[in-house]
Amino acid sequence: MTGEILSIENLSVEALVGKETRLLVDGLSLTVRRGRISALVGASGSGKSMTCSAALGVLPPGVDLASGRVTIDGVARDAATLRGRHVATIMQAPRSAFNPVRTMSDHAIETLKALGRFGSDAADRIEASMTAVGLNDVKRVLGLHAFEMSGGMLQRMMIALALLSEAPFLFADEPTTDLDLVVQLRVLELLERLVEERNLGVLLVTHDMGVAARLADDVAVLDRGRIVEQAPVMDIFQAPRHHVTCMLVRAHLSLYGMELEA
Amino acid sequence: MSLISAVDVSKTYQTHALLGRGIRKQVLENISLAIEEGETVALLGRSGCGKSTFARLLVGLEQPTSGEVHYRGRSIDELRHRETQGFRRDVQLVFQDSPGAVNGRFTVRAIICEPLRHLTTHDRAGREARMRELLEMVELPADIADMLPSQVSGGQLQRVCIARALAANPKLIILDEAVSNLDTHLQASALDLLRKLQRDSGMAYLFVTHDLRLARRFASRCLVMDEGRIVEEFPAASFEAMQHPASQLLKSAILPPMPAKTRRGAPVG
Repeated sequence: MTGEILSIENLSVEALVGKETRLLVDGLSLTVRRGRISALVGASGSGKSMTCSAALGVLPPGVDLASGRVTIDGVARDAATLRGRHVATIMQAPRSAFNPVRTMSDHAIETLKALGRFGSDAADRIEASMTAVGLNDVKRVLGLHAFEMSGGMLQRMMIALALLSEAPFLFADEPTTDLDLVVQLRVLELLERLVEERNLGVLLVTHDMGVAARLADDVAVLDRGRIVEQAPVMDIFQAPRHHVTCMLVRAHLSLYGMELEA
Repeated sequence: MSLISAVDVSKTYQTHALLGRGIRKQVLENISLAIEEGETVALLGRSGCGKSTFARLLVGLEQPTSGEVHYRGRSIDELRHRETQGFRRDVQLVFQDSPGAVNGRFTVRAIICEPLRHLTTHDRAGREARMRELLEMVELPADIADMLPSQVSGGQLQRVCIARALAANPKLIILDEAVSNLDTHLQASALDLLRKLQRDSGMAYLFVTHDLRLARRFASRCLVMDEGRIVEEFPAASFEAMQHPASQLLKSAILPPMPAKTRRGAPVG
């Protein structure tokens, strides 16, 4: 699967609340390039996760896609062909993303089968992905269930499953929010290394400006379903223009006893 | 006399197996800690270090395997009925997982009024007035009272839980990662709110967290816990003095305030 640039174009998502229709995502356009990490930041409820779900065609019941399409190198792709083939996904709560009665081995095999790539080299490919994310004790981990693993291990396993797909793009929706800070740092370092080694294009959804500061190349700021500012990460932190961006950066810096300049 | 203190507290969990011997795991080892009235203490540590277990022991949700928890100088096991009532009113806990800490079938009104019914002498009208006052304190709109937990945001629900903890005018609130899941700007305003409430009423806080940034901003005294032991204690003002490897690790995991100089430069094309 090739492709250099993934574009989300004019995406709108609406939900029926009572008798009125409410726009959750409003005409959003966003570009993810291979080898770069684009962060989508915003307060909770601003529509970050909805954007990911809508782009991949996995919106929850009661929420509908009103408009928009996803293109790869300018060619429109429907959601079903994007998922797993062009875009792999990792999510916030790794524990609930796994089937509790299945082992990690079952999950890896299912991933390969779903993509039609289960062949004689399956075991080698699974081992290679797991080693790449630092799960070195491959045999033991493959025999484990989700409840026998820590949050950090589960998130690594989820990234390993994402790598198995060999998709060029990765949507990471709050990948470290439920992890402790030390584990968070390791997972962020891992993502950064994988972007460099495998030339992945990452859409990183986060509410934590510290995560964006650590990892992102470009940042898009979302507020009530609209992108209000889009710029390289340095500009966002040093010279934010929109008041929502200013508010986010100011709150973030206040944790460090720092203030926004100018 | 300290408001609450743990005296040489240890806790061991035992699993019971159908065949063979169960596994014993010591999660807390000889912990002593005293909290004075009006003080803010931070308890820092990684996931799984035992800090939540310790918080649960302090409020009596769990029993220590050895050692004692003292409330105003008396062991909480020896309190009489009336004193127990006072202890439960004075010491409140706010959990990390707010959806899991409330009854999903209760309205916000019922959630906040529950401690008022059990721990205070307010009548119906008095409870309603107090609930409105509490909503105002945590800066929530009054019309949220009729909503269910599923209809409010995570940040709002965490404020409801803080309002519930404040309901009976406690002397100590234990915040177990209570602001960790909130958006950064909500974390900042939640901490400002707690500090303001402390100024007004002289409450003490035990702030349990893995985030050094929050501890530095909020607490006056910090303790670092690692594998069930308190390994270091220092004033919040002198973070640089941290020595222990567990403290150093927590410090090294703090995310940068600002991005590093351009990593991959501007996009091509």
